[in-house]
Amino acid sequence: MYIGRVRGSVMSTIKNELYEGRRLLVVDRLNLDGSVSDQYDICVDVVQAGVGDVVLVLDEGNSSRQILDREPDGAIRAVIAGVIDEITLGQRDNDGQ
Amino acid sequence: MKFGRVVGTLVATHKYEGLEGVKFLVVQLLDSDLQPQGDPVIAADGTAQAGPGELVYVIASREAALVCPVKFVPVDHAIVGIVDIADLYDDDDLPAPNVDWAALEAD
Repeated sequence: MYIGRVRGSVMSTIKNELYEGRRLLVVDRLNLDGSVSDQYDICVDVVQAGVGDVVLVLDEGNSSRQILDREPDGAIRAVIAGVIDEITLGQRDNDGQ
Repeated sequence: MKFGRVVGTLVATHKYEGLEGVKFLVVQLLDSDLQPQGDPVIAADGTAQAGPGELVYVIASREAALVCPVKFVPVDHAIVGIVDIADLYDDDDLPAPNVDWAALEAD
């Protein structure tokens, strides 16, 4: 999974039936320092994320199908699985301090 | 999925029988600013309605095999839908992030 930021949405009438009634959001992948990388995904939103939100993106088919309850087939791979509240980064000494 | 721009069509008469009836399109993949990114790919048209010039979105790898009505057709890119509107915001226009992003306290 990766950290991303929602920068827009997609409206589409002609599409695969699995996407009927589902929100499609454009998510830029973020680096750990918060800067925008050159990767992105158009994701299915299952957590009511909004534009500008920092989100958790799951980019794997079987897990996404499990979330949408569409095993064993369904052409879906990238899903916004959560809205992130807090990220804490850094290192601790090896003795656990 | 990624954005793509359909730039052409492709016909192959002599091919693996499982690809019979699959419509192939030449698609230039785009970044999230809708600018060309990477090399063009050949994608199966899962909508059966995409044509040159259209802005589409494309799925890759195993999931591409599940887009067409006949499942598990052996393709690695497929057009999932045609974009009516892509509503994209620039950095400056995005609301401030809702997240608390901090470094660990220094020991």
